[in-house]
Amino acid sequence: MKKLLSLVLTLSILFGAFSFVSAQDNTLIMARAVDATGLDPHTQTAFASLRLLELVYEPLVTTDQDLNLIPVLATDWSFSDDGMALTFNLREGVTFHDGSDFTAEDVIASFERILDEETGSAAASNYASIESMEAPDDYTVVFNLSTPDVPILSAMASTNAAILSSDVIANEDPSLVTVGTGPFMLESWTPDEVTNLAANPDWWGEGPFVDGIEIRIIPDEASILAALRAGTIDFALLSDPLIATLLIDSPDIVLNRTPSLSYNVLQLRAAVEPLDQLEVRQAISCAIDRQQVVDTAALGEGKVTGPLTMASYALPLEDLFCYEQDLDMARELMAQAGMEEGFTLNVIVANAEPPVATSIAQNLQSQLEAINISVEIEAMELATYVDRWLAGDFMAAVALNGGRVDPYTMYSRYWQEGANFQETAGYLDDTLDTLMKEGQVETDPDARYEIFAEFQQHLAETSPWVWLYAGYTYTAQQPYVTGWTPTASDSLYFLSAVQVDK
Amino acid sequence: MTRYLVQRFISLIPMLVGVSILVFIAIRLVPGDLITAQLGTEAGMLSDAQRASLEAYYGLDKPPVEQYFSWMSDVLRGDLGLSVRQGQPVLSLIFDRFPVTLELAILSVIIALLIGIPLGILSAIYRNSVLDIFARVFAMIGLSVPNFLLGTLVIYVLSVYFGILPTSGNYVEFYEDPSLNLQQIIFPALTLGTSFAASVMRMTRSSMLEVLSEDYIRTARSKGLWESVIIRRHALKNAMIPVVTLVGIEFGYLLGGTFIVEQIFAIPGIGRLTINAITQRDYALVQGVTLFIAVNFVVINLLIDVLYTVIDPRVSYGD
Repeated sequence: MKKLLSLVLTLSILFGAFSFVSAQDNTLIMARAVDATGLDPHTQTAFASLRLLELVYEPLVTTDQDLNLIPVLATDWSFSDDGMALTFNLREGVTFHDGSDFTAEDVIASFERILDEETGSAAASNYASIESMEAPDDYTVVFNLSTPDVPILSAMASTNAAILSSDVIANEDPSLVTVGTGPFMLESWTPDEVTNLAANPDWWGEGPFVDGIEIRIIPDEASILAALRAGTIDFALLSDPLIATLLIDSPDIVLNRTPSLSYNVLQLRAAVEPLDQLEVRQAISCAIDRQQVVDTAALGEGKVTGPLTMASYALPLEDLFCYEQDLDMARELMAQAGMEEGFTLNVIVANAEPPVATSIAQNLQSQLEAINISVEIEAMELATYVDRWLAGDFMAAVALNGGRVDPYTMYSRYWQEGANFQETAGYLDDTLDTLMKEGQVETDPDARYEIFAEFQQHLAETSPWVWLYAGYTYTAQQPYVTGWTPTASDSLYFLSAVQVDK
Repeated sequence: MTRYLVQRFISLIPMLVGVSILVFIAIRLVPGDLITAQLGTEAGMLSDAQRASLEAYYGLDKPPVEQYFSWMSDVLRGDLGLSVRQGQPVLSLIFDRFPVTLELAILSVIIALLIGIPLGILSAIYRNSVLDIFARVFAMIGLSVPNFLLGTLVIYVLSVYFGILPTSGNYVEFYEDPSLNLQQIIFPALTLGTSFAASVMRMTRSSMLEVLSEDYIRTARSKGLWESVIIRRHALKNAMIPVVTLVGIEFGYLLGGTFIVEQIFAIPGIGRLTINAITQRDYALVQGVTLFIAVNFVVINLLIDVLYTVIDPRVSYGD
C-alpha cells in the first residue's frame, strides 16, 4: 500500500511539474471539439470555421453583446432616403496582415468575389440586392441596391462578408493564403490538431493583450472538461449542456452561459400527409409541453422560445398560439382532422448534432403519445441528415437552427416564395410571404417590430414548425483569464480584449 | 520459401484492387457529398451555377468511372491525391499521422504481452487457484469494458482526483520531447492494452492448458525434468503459436486506427484522420487511408506467417 501511494505521489509530482512548465508565455490556450473545415471566409459556412476565421478576418460591421450593429472596418453608414443606396465610410489607417493598406478597392473586390458565382459563396444570396458598387474616394463605398433592403446591413455583420485584400483576391487562392485585417494572424493550421494564431501588432483596435492563441482540438467534450480541471488549458468552447453544467458550481473554473440565437425546433413538413392538415400540426403544437422538453432533454438549460430569438423582436410567449400545453384542445383538433386514431410521425435526427437532439426527440415521443401520435425516431450521421433535409426527404425533423440578427434574413430562406429552402420547409403561405416582403423594405424600427410580431403569431398559429427552446452557448475559462465578452451570436471576435494573468 | 513469398505478393494485387473499388463505391454511396459535408445545411443556399462551379473545383463533375481511373492511375504512380480539406497530399498526411498510431499500437502490444502472457501462463499452471480466478475475472472485465468507457474513466480519475492530465490536444512527437510524448501516449496505450491483454491472457491460458496435456509433456515429466524446464523448453514455444496469430491480427487492427481511443485522448493518429475524412467526405483521403490500412493488414499477416516457421519447425512453406 505504501509503495502504491508513493507511486501515485511520484506520478502526480512528475505530471504536475510538466503542466507548470508548459506555456510560460502569454499565449491563450483554448480548446474546442470541432475544427474549421476550411479557411476561405467567403465559402465557409460551418460554425466551427467561422469561429476561427472571425479572429483573422473582419467585416465592415459586426454585432455587440446585445446584437446592436457596431463599426469594424466601416466607421459609420447610412441608407439613402429611398433606401436604394447604402454608403459606408471606411476606417483609415488599417493594414492587412501582409502590410498593405485597406481601402475601398478591397471592399469592392471582396463583394465582387462573394457575388461571383464561380466563388460558390452560400451567403451570396443575402447580398443579392447589390446592383453595383462605387468608390467616390479611397475611404467611401456606395452599394447601389436593386430594391430597398434593410436586412442587408445586418447580413454584412458576418465573417462571410469579410474584407479580403484585393491583391490576394487577384493573385492568390484565399482558401490557402490567409491575409485579413483582424486582431490575430494565422501562423499555422493543422486540421483537427492545433491552430496557432499570433497577435496582430498593427491592429487598429485596442488589443490584443495576449501574444497569441493556441487552439487545440479535443474532440471529446468530457476530455475538454478534464483538461480545464487539470489546468492544462485556459479557455474552452463547450456545446453539450450535460458537460457544461458540471462546471456550474465549480470553484476553480468560470463558466459563461449565454442565451443563444440558435433555436431547437421540431420541423413539420406540411407537404406530407397528414401534416398537410392545419389541425394536425396545431394539435402537435398544443400537445407539447415545451418546458418539459427543456427540463428533460437539456437539464433545464435553455428558454422556451417563439420563432424570433433575438430580444429586440421576441414576443411574450402568451401572445403565441398554444404555448401552454393544452391536451384537450390537441385531442379536439385531432378529432376535427379525423385523426383520433392517431398516426405515425417519422422524425429524423442527426447523431449528436446537437448533443441533445436525440433526447429532444425522445421527449417529444413520450409527449405526443398522449394524442395517439407514435413518434418513430430515425437517427443518422450529420452529413446524411443534411442531405435528406435539403432534399425535403423527411416527415419531421428535430433541428438546431442558427439564428440571425435580423428576422428577415433568419426566415426568408424558408418561407418566401422561391426561397432556397422552400423544398425543405414544404410550406407556402401568402400572409408570411407578404409580411416578409414588407419587413425587408421597412426602415422604421417600430413598424418593423409590428410586422414581425404579426409574422411570428402567424407562424405559431399555422405551425409549420413547432419552436421549442433556445439553449445556451458555453465558454469556460480559468479565473486568471479576464476581459472576455460572450455574445449571443457566439462570436469569438472579442477574444481581442482578453488578458491572461497567470 | 521465396516462391511462397512471391506468390503471396502477387495475390496482393487483386485484393488491393478489390479494396480500392469497394472503398471508392462505398464512400460515394453514402449520402451527402463533399460540398454538403463542408457547408452543412447552407449548401442549400447555393445557386445551381455556384454548385456547378464548386463541383468543378473539387473534380466532382466527372463521371465516377472516370474519377476512379484517374485516381487509380495516379495511385500507381505513387500519388494518392490531395485532401481537399487540408490542401495537402494524402500520402504526406498518412506518413505524418502513421508514426503516432504505430507508437500507440506498439506500446499497447507491449503492455498486452507484459500483462497477458505471464498471467496466462501462471493461471494455466496454477489452474483453479486464487490467482487463476483473479486472472480470469480480469480477462472478463478487460474484454467486456468498452474502450471509450475505460478511456473516459482514466481521464476522469486523473483529472478529478489527481488534478493531473497529460496535455491533450497538443500532441508532441517522441523525438521532440520523449518524456512529454510518453506522458501523452501512456494512458491511451494502457486503455487499449488492457482489453488486448485480456484476450492475450485467455489465449495463452487455453493454449498452455492444451499443450500441457500433450503426450510429449507427459513424456518429459516422466523423464523427471524440472517443471520449470518443461514449461520453458517444451510447452511455451508451442503454446505461443495461437498467441502470435492473435497478436498479429490485433496489431493489424490497431494500425488500422484506434478510432475511439484516439478521439477521446485527442491523439492525432490514423484513426482520427480516417474519422474526420469520412465525416468531411474527403474522398481522396478516405480512399488513400483505407488502401494504406489494407496494405498494413496484408503485410502483417505475411510477417506472421513467416514467423510461424521460426517458432514451429513443423510449419514450412518449402520449395
